Amino acid sequence: MESEFVSVVNIVDSIRAGKTTASAVLEQHLARIDKRETEIHAFNHIMSESARANAASIDADLKAGKERGPLAGVPIALKDNMCTRGVPTTCSSKILEGWKPPYDATVVTRLQQAGAVIVGKTNLDEFAMGSSTENSAFGTTRNPLDTSRVPGGSSGGSAAAVAAGFAAASLGSDTGGSIRQPAALCGVVGVKPTYGMVSRQGLVAFASSLDQIGPFTHTVADAALMMEVIGGHDPLDSTSLDQPMASLTAVLGQGVKGMRIGRLADMPDGCEPEVLARLDAAFVALQAAGATIVDIALPSLSYCLTAYYLVAPAEASSNLARYDGVRYGLRVESADLISMYGATRAAGFGAEVKRRIMLGTYALSAGYYDAYYGKALKVRRLIANDFAVAYQSCDVILTPTSPTVAFPIGEKTSDPLTMYLCDIFTIPTNLAGHAAMSVPFGTGAHSMPVGVQILAPALGEPTMFRVAAELERAS
Amino acid sequence: MSNASSAPSHATVLPNGWEMVIGLEVHVELDTKTKLFSASPNHFGDEPNTNIDPVTLGLPGALPVINRRAVELAIRLGLALNCTVQASTFHRKNYFYQDLAKAYQITQYDQPINIDGYMMLPGDVRIGIERAHLEEDTGKSTHFGGTSGRIHGSDYSLVDFNRAGVPLVEIVSRPDIRNADQARQYVSELRSILLAVGASDAKMEEGSMRCDVNVSVRKADEPFGTRCEIKNVNSIRAVGKAIDYEARRQVDVLESGGTIRQETRHWDDSEGRTHTLRVKEDADDYRYFLEPDLVLLDPGTEWVESIRASLPMLPAARRARLAQLTGADKESEAVYVIVERGQDDFVQLVADAGGEPARALVYVQQAFAEAGANPSVPAKDLAALTLLERDAKVTATQAKTILAEIVANGGGDAVAIAAAKGFEALDTSAVEAMVDAAIAAQPDAWAKYCAGEEKAMGAMVGAIMKSSQGKADGKVVTAILQAKRG
Repeated sequence: MESEFVSVVNIVDSIRAGKTTASAVLEQHLARIDKRETEIHAFNHIMSESARANAASIDADLKAGKERGPLAGVPIALKDNMCTRGVPTTCSSKILEGWKPPYDATVVTRLQQAGAVIVGKTNLDEFAMGSSTENSAFGTTRNPLDTSRVPGGSSGGSAAAVAAGFAAASLGSDTGGSIRQPAALCGVVGVKPTYGMVSRQGLVAFASSLDQIGPFTHTVADAALMMEVIGGHDPLDSTSLDQPMASLTAVLGQGVKGMRIGRLADMPDGCEPEVLARLDAAFVALQAAGATIVDIALPSLSYCLTAYYLVAPAEASSNLARYDGVRYGLRVESADLISMYGATRAAGFGAEVKRRIMLGTYALSAGYYDAYYGKALKVRRLIANDFAVAYQSCDVILTPTSPTVAFPIGEKTSDPLTMYLCDIFTIPTNLAGHAAMSVPFGTGAHSMPVGVQILAPALGEPTMFRVAAELERAS
Repeated sequence: MSNASSAPSHATVLPNGWEMVIGLEVHVELDTKTKLFSASPNHFGDEPNTNIDPVTLGLPGALPVINRRAVELAIRLGLALNCTVQASTFHRKNYFYQDLAKAYQITQYDQPINIDGYMMLPGDVRIGIERAHLEEDTGKSTHFGGTSGRIHGSDYSLVDFNRAGVPLVEIVSRPDIRNADQARQYVSELRSILLAVGASDAKMEEGSMRCDVNVSVRKADEPFGTRCEIKNVNSIRAVGKAIDYEARRQVDVLESGGTIRQETRHWDDSEGRTHTLRVKEDADDYRYFLEPDLVLLDPGTEWVESIRASLPMLPAARRARLAQLTGADKESEAVYVIVERGQDDFVQLVADAGGEPARALVYVQQAFAEAGANPSVPAKDLAALTLLERDAKVTATQAKTILAEIVANGGGDAVAIAAAKGFEALDTSAVEAMVDAAIAAQPDAWAKYCAGEEKAMGAMVGAIMKSSQGKADGKVVTAILQAKRG
């Protein structure tokens, strides 16, 4: 375990103050990559060459007195499902192997404009389908805190890259918990913003109505800064909210005095006792800081997992139908066109992706739509109603992020249903389109980190970040 | 396009009391600069795969953004078809084909932008419009090798994505059409409306307007029969022929004890018949669901009303106005043709210049077939000519000659031209003398005519016109002959 990691805010300040340079900061991170990447496998693609050129150009500009943005010189890693112009973007799937997008995702453009130095593309569960990064076609990512354990997923590479000090911050995508759960398991901060707050343009779609990009960082302040850079309206994404990004860095010191914190009256089964103990400690800390604790109910919570595993695969089955081996990515040659399609998709997709394509196709089929997809949409409305009722009596809700700490590699791979249960606390936020984040709050079993999840209504980020900052102070 | 709309009905009549029930689905490409969901150009006839971008190609991560102009044109069309314009949604229609890059088409499903309109056809026939919705076009596949020109059995296929993502409106009629004539009139009128509101160039030969025809047959007043959908109907003429063929085929099947299968059939224009393309059991399951990359499309009352206020006068209203001006039947060919050419305003100008409107209508129809909406001849010159003819200063034949000269010279004084050519209409007594001379010269023809053989009159009129050197008015000659026969 290394302890010398420096936060984004510190890096920015140190470079600005001339105490260090972008190139020096980058070399520190590249050195850590050299030392541990073979063991951890956080990256699908390391961009040391372009990163060095970028850092040198930032140093030159800063020396010449040019403004290079709020993230000038900060090494940042990107989940490998975000398009990067001319740089491989694989989604950790063989089907996209070798594809180089002709454009940058909006978040990538915004990071670059802010002066960030992109160090690489991180590993993920194939097409973001999974909770352990074991579903990657290019190998499993290991948890930097205990390499026999998973980093969580699907953004396991991005979480591990920050936890291992390979990058000062990273971006992940969260469809059902894919930022928050790996953040919790790797002991870093992870944010799933309100749906529409961060542009999805250039994010390779898994489940379009649920996907949202967000940051991994060491600190809450770093996460707030990252959100301010990547968030805000994008005319290229029709689901992007048409309003200015709220200031988050400015609210962090405001405390939680008078705030009402919701606590689930009925906690679902299956949580490790140490995880529940940390959650209780978080309530105590917030209470000590002047908040009141309110018991709330989310009666539809138990249906969310089922609904999610209909909605997400249904959309995925449509989003992934385009990978046919004709125009880009993998092609497995065969006797004729139709068998080439079949051979390409058979070889290109892994088992979990195939499972979800079949699930989703079935759920949307004539005669089954009403029983499955239609009902799942009703659950989405029910959980949204539950939240609306709950938020009449509280400002945020605290839950565990994950029912367990990081589990050993291979433990859940043979039973998809057990793996799906990892997302029990994170999925409702995606179904409702709300905001949530995971903040590290001590350790649980095996001395592995425990994350506490803060749930907030749509556009509730400022309140959510105030609570996160308070928990960080208390931890 | 020649206009068949006004022709008297000579629709095929089915035997033994069978009746056709026809509905049309017409796809039109909207005349926008860019595609429905991206900034890629919407332009026909360019080099293949040049009007493309990540959205058009369905590249991973590319997202659709709706084209405001396409929405506006769809609303213009909807309002012109008397539709209700409403807040609408988009769905994904999932199917796998090589010219559909995303493997789904973005279309409108249960909440289309335009619903519940209608169109009036000659004879006060009202055809309901169920919906006119927005969707994106697909790419275009061309199959090489093999014999059918279809993908099956071909050696290779090429795909052009220039057309992919071009904005379409699909106009779905209710099954209110009862014969091929009405179907042709419907398509022709729809085309005129599209041109009038500027929604599309509506060129069937370039595929910017495409018809699918649903045909069934039934005995009068019985419930609808099973329908077949006919594709590849690429001209207004083919619409009529395909319907007549298909209805007759269905009657033959039913009368010989068979049943009609619900199926999609392909119109073969060279053979003049339809073939089975696919039966309903093979139909794709499109797995429609709400397109999560787009949001509710709500144009709002204010925008819709401002579009309504900007609509031009529509063809039906222009025909009514022209008919009232000229005294012609609003369903007459002249009225249809003039309005389709956009020359009704010019007829009005001739009338405004003091011309006689009925003759102005005839002159404009005769003289300006190639002239476009604004003939380059002063309206006052035509007005003067109508008065010469009305006042019997020149005959119809002479007027035609003068008209040709005015048109050829881009204008001219009708009176001066008539004088220069020595044109004058003979007075009635002079014509009577010529008629008497003709009767004397052709006693056989006169006898036949008196015995009721009308054709015999033609020879006599011809002789009189010849001897008058065109100065006698044919109508006057005919009237005198009729009077003398008694």
